[in-house]
Amino acid sequence: MRASDGKAPVRAGTGRALLEAAGDLTYRCIRCGFCLPACPTYGQTLLEPESPRGRIALVRAAFEGALAVADVAPHLDACIGCRACETACPAGVPYGAILEQARAAIEAEAPGRRRWVERVARRVGVGWLLGSPRMLGAARWLLWLYQVSGLQRVVRATGLLARLAPALGRLEAVLPPVPPPWRRGGRVASQGVGSPASDGAAGSRGRVAFFLGCVQEVALAEVNRAAIRVLEAAGFEVVVPPGQGCCGAVHAHAGQLERAAWQARRNIEAFERVQADWVVSIAGGCGAQLKEYPALLAHAAGARRPGAEQEMGWLERARRFSNRVRDFTELLADVPLPPLGPLEGVVTYQDSCHLRHVQRIVDPPRQLLRRIPGLRYVELPEADRCCGAGGIYNLTQPEMSQQVLDRKMAHVRATGATILAVANTPCHLQMLVGARRSGLHRQGLQVRHIAELLDEAIRRGRTPR
Amino acid sequence: MQDFGAVDDALLEALRDIVGPAGVVTEPAQRAAYGYDATPGHRGRPDVVVFPTCPEHVQQVVALAARRRVPVVPRGSGTNLSGGTVPAAGGIVLALTRMNRVLEIDEANLTATVEPGVVTAQLHRAVEARGLFYPPDPGSQAVSTIGGNLAENAGGLRGLKYGVTGDYAMGLQVVLASGEVVETGGKNVKDVAGYDLTHLFVGSEGTLGIITRATLRLLPLPEHRRVALAVFGDLEAAARAVSAIIAARIIPATLEFLDRGTVEAVEAYAHVGLPSGAQAVLLMAQDGPREAVDRDVERMAAICRREGAREVEVAGSEAEGEQLMAARRYALSALARLRPTTILEDATVPRSRLAEMVRAIQAAAERHRVRICTFGHAGDGNLHPTCLTDERDPDEMARVEAAFEEIFDAAVRLGGTITGEHGVGLAKREFLPWRVGPGALEVMRAIKQALDPGGILNPGKIFAERPRRRRVVHAG
Repeated sequence: MRASDGKAPVRAGTGRALLEAAGDLTYRCIRCGFCLPACPTYGQTLLEPESPRGRIALVRAAFEGALAVADVAPHLDACIGCRACETACPAGVPYGAILEQARAAIEAEAPGRRRWVERVARRVGVGWLLGSPRMLGAARWLLWLYQVSGLQRVVRATGLLARLAPALGRLEAVLPPVPPPWRRGGRVASQGVGSPASDGAAGSRGRVAFFLGCVQEVALAEVNRAAIRVLEAAGFEVVVPPGQGCCGAVHAHAGQLERAAWQARRNIEAFERVQADWVVSIAGGCGAQLKEYPALLAHAAGARRPGAEQEMGWLERARRFSNRVRDFTELLADVPLPPLGPLEGVVTYQDSCHLRHVQRIVDPPRQLLRRIPGLRYVELPEADRCCGAGGIYNLTQPEMSQQVLDRKMAHVRATGATILAVANTPCHLQMLVGARRSGLHRQGLQVRHIAELLDEAIRRGRTPR
Repeated sequence: MQDFGAVDDALLEALRDIVGPAGVVTEPAQRAAYGYDATPGHRGRPDVVVFPTCPEHVQQVVALAARRRVPVVPRGSGTNLSGGTVPAAGGIVLALTRMNRVLEIDEANLTATVEPGVVTAQLHRAVEARGLFYPPDPGSQAVSTIGGNLAENAGGLRGLKYGVTGDYAMGLQVVLASGEVVETGGKNVKDVAGYDLTHLFVGSEGTLGIITRATLRLLPLPEHRRVALAVFGDLEAAARAVSAIIAARIIPATLEFLDRGTVEAVEAYAHVGLPSGAQAVLLMAQDGPREAVDRDVERMAAICRREGAREVEVAGSEAEGEQLMAARRYALSALARLRPTTILEDATVPRSRLAEMVRAIQAAAERHRVRICTFGHAGDGNLHPTCLTDERDPDEMARVEAAFEEIFDAAVRLGGTITGEHGVGLAKREFLPWRVGPGALEVMRAIKQALDPGGILNPGKIFAERPRRRRVVHAG
């Protein structure tokens, strides 16, 4: 047995540098285990290697040469990356940073070990489609064409996707019809979109540069429109900076730190061109990434030490950028809203992990929901626990993702909610899958972003009744 | 350490036959994750991790291990602070986390019967939902398991008034080293039929048998609880207040202490509003019927004022009480952030010697140039000198060790003990003779020999091959 525990060969290069950076951070873990009850994958398996403490110990063992990097990889892959463990951790261990740097080290040292679905998802999805604003535009076209050409009907009728890649099939099945790309393209590219709010207060509260997000803008673009209308109605001037793209979170979480850093620099440049008071995102995960740009650029710089000095200018620019980033709910929580008309039903809210555990925003989304007349707010049990979406986790680790999702939907059912409010893109899609999978969609459960609910309430508030 | 049998393919196959293939784990990474607990500096690696789901599994695994002379280390959530779950000699780690059912809550007899993998907080929730109360509340209650609590006889914040885990153990089902199963005690409040085997296994740290089921005593849930906080400008005044509270015939549910270093760290971390220059903070809580609680809390506040507290705050509501308790709740978080390695010890003295012990800790830290902050359960004299250090610095670690040696010596000299609630395990086995003496140690060895002659159950724990020679340390 012991023979397999032999020291892993230590290789020089980027992978080793990243592993050293991650390994150094692991020493902050005091192994108290307080993270165990917070971890969705530990909760599901009760297995130590599927817990934050276990993963940190494995990264440390790899760093110390007691384990091969490839042996550690499956356990890091199985992490959803919700970072609930960081909220639970008494010692302030930066788990997210350990995870990302260790994954980057694995990408560098042990590639080619993934299943084909995952490789395709990572290369085509993460690397290519979400890679640049231009490819994002192409993705919009592709999705639209797929839906209107009849291909979607063929795929669904034959069950082709469901058989080839079941997880992707489940996601595909819940995608709402997307509007033709040319209709949104112009709007997105222009600055200062939209008409001023009817109360004439447009822009009086300041200027918001709106961050669209990649999957959000491809799959759930209408939510972005709704959010922009709400911000304008609340008195903000909203601009949508051209040249923005993916926040880079999917890349960073997948260990593609260089690509993530590239996204960060591009976004910083795009947003610097429009002078704005705030950068607003409606996706908890994107917002968290935008707020962590300084750390990301520092990590990326640390990973290739020779060029580190050139990063210094970028670090300062990243800090200035990140200081302006606000979540949609964070910005609106303290602002008077125009009169809200009543909506009907019982609403509950699923925290976005990265909104709650990284941005530490807990109350604002709840406050906003409580301000909508006619809606009865019910707290969701274990709302602070991950839904299993985890960026592309639901595609790469479908089994665990569904176990976590089933537990989540059982809680949703128990609340008796008719509306499940969300504040993040992957959660939104995952909850749509969950509503269908649990059959709750047939009982009328709607999954809606808080921005959509506010938009509708504002519209109803305007209509003379 | 003695020679053990090898974990070979035949043994693995036999284990799979017992618990099923999914219950036997051999991948290096998976095994590595079962080689540690919360104790700094102690790590091992089991040859195999086995996940039983019923007592029969445990019984068969231990019987097999006994035949093959392979070590068996029982493990719950691995929150142990003395290396108790570290597989020091390899072998089998028996992970009991999947035996996690609350089997029965008997409202007529006020007992709960549980499997060992039940998480302590899970039991709290289950019994409190029925207006019942399981008092033991070790600091890791949200994570730790009842099996681990019993094996270590874990304490907690409510020890002064309500005692420790062992005080709630009424009956156990235990798998012995031979693979035999014995039942001890039961639901009888009074039961003197023979030796008290229940309390032989409580605190035995997995070295005498493996607890597979426990029947625990419950109490009615106290109807009311109230908290007060007192800030002192000098340590002696705080210690006098503790003694005066007890002398006034008050037994508070909680009587917690934070020293200057801890107060400073908590304030820097959480800004809870503790005044600067505080040498000590006492947190007091009482529970029970409302009038009695109010009376006790007011009297404790008055005693603190009389003994020279600079500030005394009494919570008006549960929420305010929670805020006052924040200082104590944040203690570990605040300290653990200061340096990479946090060594949490639990030297304990009779409560009348509290101030002397705190001074001895501070003196030892100063002499050896290490940073030690102390907080803990003043009411029962159980302190947590917490050393903030870096395990990668061998020079500093040597000084840390020297400081703790002095601290243990001081505790024993003051009539105290080397461990109040964490256990001996690997971390304090060299010091055990200091506390119990040669006679008691021989009795302990004889018990171990009688119950586990092959030495397969949690080998290497409690008994050191070479005990530490006690140097005469001159305090001051």
